[in-house]
Amino acid sequence: MDRLKGKVALISGGARGQGAAEARLFVGEGARVVIGDVLDDQAAQTASEINSKTGARVAVGIHLDVTRAADWRNAVATCQKEFGGLDILVNNAGIFNMSGLEDTSEELWDSIVNINQKGVWLGMKETVAAMRKRGGGSIVNISSVAGLTGSTGSTAYHGTKGAVRLLTKAAAVQYAPEKIRVNSVHPGLIGTQMIDIIPPDQRQAFHSIVPMRREGKPEEVANVVLFLASDDASYVTGAEFVVDGGLNAV
Amino acid sequence: MDRLKGKVALISGGARGQGAAEARLFAGEGAKVVIGDVRDDLCKKTADEINAKVGSKAVAAIHLDVTRAADWRGAVDACQREFGGLDILVNNAGIANMKGVEETSEEEWDSIVNINQKGVWLGMKAAVPAMRQRGGGSIINISSIFGLIGSSGSAAYHGTKGAVRLLTKAAAVQYAPDKIRVNSIHPGVILTPMVDVIPREDLQPIINLAPMKRGAQPEEVGWCVVFLASDEASFVTGSELVVDGGYTAV
Ligand SMILES: NC(=O)c1ccc[n+]([C@@H]2O[C@H](COP(=O)([O-])OP(=O)(O)OC[C@H]3O[C@@H](n4cnc5c(N)ncnc54)[C@H](O)[C@@H]3O)[C@@H](O)[C@H]2O)c1
Ligand SMILES: NC(=O)c1ccc[n+]([C@@H]2O[C@H](COP(=O)([O-])OP(=O)(O)OC[C@H]3O[C@@H](n4cnc5c(N)ncnc54)[C@H](O)[C@@H]3O)[C@@H](O)[C@H]2O)c1
Repeated sequence: MDRLKGKVALISGGARGQGAAEARLFVGEGARVVIGDVLDDQAAQTASEINSKTGARVAVGIHLDVTRAADWRNAVATCQKEFGGLDILVNNAGIFNMSGLEDTSEELWDSIVNINQKGVWLGMKETVAAMRKRGGGSIVNISSVAGLTGSTGSTAYHGTKGAVRLLTKAAAVQYAPEKIRVNSVHPGLIGTQMIDIIPPDQRQAFHSIVPMRREGKPEEVANVVLFLASDDASYVTGAEFVVDGGLNAV
Repeated sequence: MDRLKGKVALISGGARGQGAAEARLFAGEGAKVVIGDVRDDLCKKTADEINAKVGSKAVAAIHLDVTRAADWRGAVDACQREFGGLDILVNNAGIANMKGVEETSEEEWDSIVNINQKGVWLGMKAAVPAMRQRGGGSIINISSIFGLIGSSGSAAYHGTKGAVRLLTKAAAVQYAPDKIRVNSIHPGVILTPMVDVIPREDLQPIINLAPMKRGAQPEEVGWCVVFLASDEASFVTGSELVVDGGYTAV
């Protein structure tokens, strides 16, 4: 009920999917959240749904393109203006594609690296100062099992998610003295709109290689993010948390 | 308050240190707990203290030498007799040793492998049928960061903790169809009697290798175990959770 009481969180890509599940869960645990996304209407709608359910203004939707430093500065300013500070950043925004190495165009490469990788760095860069003011904080970067092992497609995606894994460790080491914890989460196949691009037969085949034989729900990842965001994880930093129904254990 | 409500847990090595901390947190979250240890008097004292605090019989203490299959059967029976079943197993019992490859005697080798490694296997073997009866369960095996990286001493200990990491993944894959989740935890330096034997001037430089530059309280591991034991971790299996203040991120 109050595992995040008094804390303020910024969630990128929070309009839908896992980010929206995290926003709902965080608010249920006493946090106030700023949801940033390029899907402006949906971000506003997700926030207003949470607010009407809670009966208080605990969530705000804003425009945030994670590739733009100015947008991040505005997001942090919103956290401070609306809720008085910033304690938690969830770098959740991301895009996915299945193109293999040669099928990837330079435009596609640049766009995925900008969003999934540079976006994570910019998010940390622009939030650390605000967390320092609060005497510490927690950053959760959403990588993927695709940041741990390879596959025949999604080459650029693999690269960005592997980068997020090590960016996380570098930041964890750098900011430990300031009591800012930084961890990565590595979801397996999670049933959100992101994976609608996977052909149905391929998606079905995928289930059979997951020991749990199913996809995860966004809430099941959100629970992991909540744990890492909360003070329950006070000695956890630079760690990578796999939530994949056993996929990576095979 | 009720994250483990209605669940029954068996914690090996629960007389003191991390196991005792877990028993306290579990009881606080609504679980019933059986703690098993070779330190019979201390084990009983720990159970009595928790029961007095909770104001009911939430914890039972039993004799359990993790190297003996018969003791494990007795422990599982105790869970069923006292509390009606078994949902959670924490394979926490362990011993350390600081000797290198050549300095380790065969007796020492056999004893540490029996306790830290065979004990974990025996525990899972005894607990799985009881969990199956309940329609699922959660097993948490306490490995160590010394199951991930090497050091110049503790050769046998490294071996056992590395084994626990992979035993965990094998069991996670095998029992996913039975809805039994199996995960490992990898603590860094935790301030328990296990490390109290190390002179402070020898311990501090080791602690300082972690970016957080401190050792952890046992509860900081305990909350990680609570999370993995709870239904919040429903899509987490075969996973390894590092709780080391950043030690292995460097
Ligand atoms: N769904 C899966 O199977 C899966 C598996 C592993 C990792 N992930 C990762 O989880 C995270 C969340 O994905 P999801 O599954 O919820 O998918 P999703 O597509 O539902 O959500 C992603 C969100 O990010 C937003 N976004 C995209 N580009 C953005 C930008 N430039 N700036 C701000 N927001 C932007 C989208 O608008 C969307 O709301 C992503 O980082 C993804 O890579 C997903
Ligand atoms: N303390 C640390 O820095 C640290 C770091 C990483 C991992 N660990 C691991 O954490 C676990 C808990 O250790 P701790 O730090 O609480 O130390 P501890 O010594 O306080 O507790 C270990 C407990 O295990 C019991 N035990 C030993 N042999 C047993 C046997 N054969 N059968 C049943 N119980 C037995 C002991 O009596 C004791 O109560 C161990 O597996 C240890 O290897 C500890």
